[in-house]
Amino acid sequence: MIEARGLTKHYGAKVAVDGLTFDVRPGVVTGFLGPNGSGKSTTMRMIMGLDAPTRGSVTVNGQRFGDLRWPLREVGALLEARAFHPGRTARAHLTMLAQTNRLPAHRVDDLLELVGLSAVADQRAGKFSLGMGQRLGIAAALLGDPGVLLFDEPVNGLDPDGIRWVRHLLRGLAGEGRTVFVSSHLMSEMSLTADEVVIIGRGRLIEQTTIEDLLARSAHQFVRVRSPQAAALAPALEREGATLTVEDDGSLSVRGLDAPDVGDVAAALGATLHELSTQSASLEEAFMELTDASIEYRGAATDGPHPAAAP
Amino acid sequence: MTGLLAAAHAGLVRHAGPGHGLRLGLLVVVVVIVVVVVLIQRQRRRDRTTMEVASPTASGAGPALATVGLGEPIPPGRYHFTDLVRAEWTKLRTVRSTTWTLLVTVALGLGISAIATAETRSHWASTPSFQHVGFDPTATSLIGIFVAQFAVGALGVLAMSGEYSSGTIRATFSAAPSRLRVLAAKLLVFGLLAVVFAEVVAFASFFLGQALLTSPATHATLSSPGALRAVVGSGLFVAALGLLALGLATMMRFTAAALSTFVGILLVAPLIVQALPTTLSQDIRRFLPDRIGATILTTTGPHNPFAFSPWVGLGVLALYALGVNVVGAILLTRRDA
Repeated sequence: MIEARGLTKHYGAKVAVDGLTFDVRPGVVTGFLGPNGSGKSTTMRMIMGLDAPTRGSVTVNGQRFGDLRWPLREVGALLEARAFHPGRTARAHLTMLAQTNRLPAHRVDDLLELVGLSAVADQRAGKFSLGMGQRLGIAAALLGDPGVLLFDEPVNGLDPDGIRWVRHLLRGLAGEGRTVFVSSHLMSEMSLTADEVVIIGRGRLIEQTTIEDLLARSAHQFVRVRSPQAAALAPALEREGATLTVEDDGSLSVRGLDAPDVGDVAAALGATLHELSTQSASLEEAFMELTDASIEYRGAATDGPHPAAAP
Repeated sequence: MTGLLAAAHAGLVRHAGPGHGLRLGLLVVVVVIVVVVVLIQRQRRRDRTTMEVASPTASGAGPALATVGLGEPIPPGRYHFTDLVRAEWTKLRTVRSTTWTLLVTVALGLGISAIATAETRSHWASTPSFQHVGFDPTATSLIGIFVAQFAVGALGVLAMSGEYSSGTIRATFSAAPSRLRVLAAKLLVFGLLAVVFAEVVAFASFFLGQALLTSPATHATLSSPGALRAVVGSGLFVAALGLLALGLATMMRFTAAALSTFVGILLVAPLIVQALPTTLSQDIRRFLPDRIGATILTTTGPHNPFAFSPWVGLGVLALYALGVNVVGAILLTRRDA
């Protein structure tokens, strides 16, 4: 359980995080969404006690991070792609972390095995590819078998197999009852893993909701109808309260009626339907709509994946 | 450093033409340097190949997930200082910079001492005898460790700045948020290593140097006046400089900034002070580490009136190290990691 209350961070005159209040509960994957530069990484660093909040507070399992008795056994975090010394081996990196929290030595081997780095355990981590570095970071996060996990852009730099593996891992961890908080600037990625989302823009909470709710409330949801008798069908639908748009391909986009209603109206007219489907705006569009007002670096922030979280 | 070299000069009896003792000393240094360079080259070649190991597949993660569970309850108590000490020791011994800097310390410490003593010995007979009176065999044999101080300083800087440059500091504080205890553990582990190592090199330099000062040259033993103090003191001096360097790195976080400040204190500060009016410069000079070091090293001749006595000087240096580390500790707790 992570609880943020009025969490605020100023860097000089710049407000990075502005009065964030949200809860991340156990047993589900909670996505942390926002455009680049919206304060996701700063928030995660405050949760981990690395940055001190200017105002407000955040607790993990009811405690400030600094008060945790065995931090690694309670919270694991992947905050940046390469938080390890390039000259140190993967095994040495995990060993020194394990020692801080008196974890048994076999944990290091277990985790290297889990993330598929056993074969290169004694190679210096500086040689690792971005994806392998990311997996070493995931191993470090899981080292203490923590109940709360934070991942900042965990799929960056992973190949398709690796991305599937991370999704599977995140869902599995949540399935075991852990609190899983995953940041991303890509809504599409979150739609595949997250159950809930905390959406921020310019450091402010835009909303905390479920993925389904976000989709359902999307203004872009409509029913598409194609019919040879469209000319007769259109006025009938309008009489039932629908708003229509005639698309270039001759199909009708119906808003204000759901698909069964449209089907009933068509049946009453005896109209033939060639298509009757509910169209959802993609989550990406819903996300863009929500954060539109808050995008800080339009133009500067391109669509490509953001290179490993700038600290 | 200039003071040290002056002290060395006073101790050395110099003449033209290399003797065979000098050639031996040079050989030691050259061999060590060649070995180090070859090892670094080999490491470089291995480094160039970036490896790629495929990630586990989603299907393969199923059974492996079970191992995420630790299978033991969270123990009572909390993470302890001794846990951090163990981790800091692992950190220090698992980076190559430790090995290299220690090797360089040995090479410089022993090599330069060997050169200095062997050269003195080879010209002994041709040196006017009045110069033999002021000869300081102890200081001459220890001159190398005062060059090796730069290697120990570099190790102290890297012990902290390496965490910042690599981002390891975030992993460290995520595992152990008590920053002061992390710093204390790091200082303890590095300090112990530095003391033990510097003492070993100091004693080894002394014995090697004295062995090379064969008759008719005068040599010292540990029971000679001031000899034991000079040997033990020079080891402590180098270790204190190492702790000072670590403190500078905690303050500044960047390797280059901390290292150049450290070198500046040792090499540039004496030059700046020397440029001041003599009355002023002599009073200030006594506070500089190089003069403190020269006093610790010297066992013959009258005590320099513009210097602290050896142990007081060492105390002053320890206060510098303490002061810098206190400032570093305050910044460490106040700053975002």
